Amino acid sequence: MSTLEHPQSSLGRPSDRLRRRRAVGRGMELLAWLSAAVAVAILGIVVWSVAKRGASQLNLDLITKTPVPFAIGNVRQGLANAFVGSLVIVGLATAMALPVGVLIAIYVNQFAPVAVRNAVGIVLDVLNGIPAVVIGIFVFGLLVVGHGQSAFAASFALATLMLPLVARSTIEVLALVPTSTRDAGLGLGAPRWRTTVGIVMPQAIGGILTGAVLAVARIAGETAPLLFTSSVGVSNSVQWNPVHALQSVPLSIFELSEQPSPQDHARAWAAALVLVLFILFTSLTARMLANRSRRKLGRAAR
Amino acid sequence: MQPDESEEVVTASSSIETALRVETKRQPLPPREHLETVFEIRDLDAIYGSKPAIKDVSLEIHKNLVTAVIGPSGCGKSTFIRCLNRMNDLIPGFRQTGTIRYHGQDIAARDVDPVAVRRTIGMVFQRPNPFPKSIYENVAWGLRVLRMKDDLDGRIERALTQAALWDEVKDRLKASALSLSGGQQQRLCIARAIAVEPDVVLMDEPASALDPIATQAIEQLLHELKDEYSFVIVTHNMQQAARVADMTAFFSISHGAEGERWGELIEYDATEKIFTAPSDKRTEDYVTGRFG
Repeated sequence: MSTLEHPQSSLGRPSDRLRRRRAVGRGMELLAWLSAAVAVAILGIVVWSVAKRGASQLNLDLITKTPVPFAIGNVRQGLANAFVGSLVIVGLATAMALPVGVLIAIYVNQFAPVAVRNAVGIVLDVLNGIPAVVIGIFVFGLLVVGHGQSAFAASFALATLMLPLVARSTIEVLALVPTSTRDAGLGLGAPRWRTTVGIVMPQAIGGILTGAVLAVARIAGETAPLLFTSSVGVSNSVQWNPVHALQSVPLSIFELSEQPSPQDHARAWAAALVLVLFILFTSLTARMLANRSRRKLGRAAR
Repeated sequence: MQPDESEEVVTASSSIETALRVETKRQPLPPREHLETVFEIRDLDAIYGSKPAIKDVSLEIHKNLVTAVIGPSGCGKSTFIRCLNRMNDLIPGFRQTGTIRYHGQDIAARDVDPVAVRRTIGMVFQRPNPFPKSIYENVAWGLRVLRMKDDLDGRIERALTQAALWDEVKDRLKASALSLSGGQQQRLCIARAIAVEPDVVLMDEPASALDPIATQAIEQLLHELKDEYSFVIVTHNMQQAARVADMTAFFSISHGAEGERWGELIEYDATEKIFTAPSDKRTEDYVTGRFG
């Protein structure tokens, strides 16, 4: 029965074809919903299983006490040295990668000719695609051979991983700043650098920080580069000096999981839980910062 | 007559009528040879990549007058005035040839610093583009950058007063500029531009994003400020040109043999002449609304 003979039929009883289309539409919607549910479920399972196994050792001792090797019985111990080491290594890496990454982005967005802009974009993508273990070997050859391992070498490796993330995200945020306000600054007779620092950067700062926080969350859990650069002869006491190799959270997790004692295993899980929570927390902070800066830019663009 | 984006549909009688009505208000133009020349433009060509935007433009722009640039979309009006303060330098692939003498100095020359050019030749853009800062900071930023920091408050008050905005904002100078209405924002942009005491103010369709009342306020400003500044205003609103301009340049699109197109200066004369007795047929067609 065709709709031509019964013009009202498309409003009253749906035709076969329309019914089929609706069924396909509903099927697709369900499929998309299921895919999203799978992603959420995987995260849930990971967090839950880590939490279940690590809960027994998750206490203040974990971050305030240092490890006691060959401990017999229930000695109070923790991984303070690893947390401090990670803090030093990631902090140094951020201090290296953030300014360089932001400067790269400013150059690409405000000053570079189109050809250079595209070339830098490709280079950043390739750098971003290099496996962490390769970066680890590279830094091993560059800084460790002949000098020995150090937290500094580890920071350099992590900064190399962080650089393309920071630069890429900053380039994208700067591209969101309307060119009209940049033109306004230049139209007043302000030099380019004054316009960039005084007009463009303040509008983009929220987004730049978001990218930086996400990059920190990403590198904090890296293990492979640390194996090559800051793993041998690490001290069990709390050390801040980046000239020495320092213990780090990801490596502690790896080492403790190889130990025979179930308590060591539990501490590895607890440390993993702290790491996951840290990444969760920083990602949420980044989200919040991003929303705030987007609202600000939204007002500016209007 | 309300300013309208789609100006081409205006009827012949109304545009001439408006022009005449405004003419009666205008003071007569002194003879051309008594006018001081600000810009002397010779054989200006502008090219984006391989596409010519304007070809062979030659004209003189005079001091303390409002000069309007009119013409259909795509005729290179904006390209032309952006040449006058080197704003096109920011566009990749842009090239220009010919000379633009500003008080005798060729500002189109390669060795001239575009930043220095923009300090004396200010610009107001098509859409209001205040900085996302306070009203006060919007005007203060340019003054600080150009080291005109003595009597900052006084300079800001003067600029806002000249832009007819002071009374509306004097009690909330610390408020965000983005909280102002579109018309107020554009007047703030004008205040920002004139605060740094330029010699010439270029305006690229400054009222095209504004309602009629805000437009009227801006046009009023031009009348009042032209004793101190020289204005070059791009508009595709012919009534606006007729109302505010002393001199009018009409640009149109020319077509080449192989389908390429570029903007060309057709006629440049006193506004009254352009709107009542144009010497070129194309100008007449455009101002009377017969143009496509």
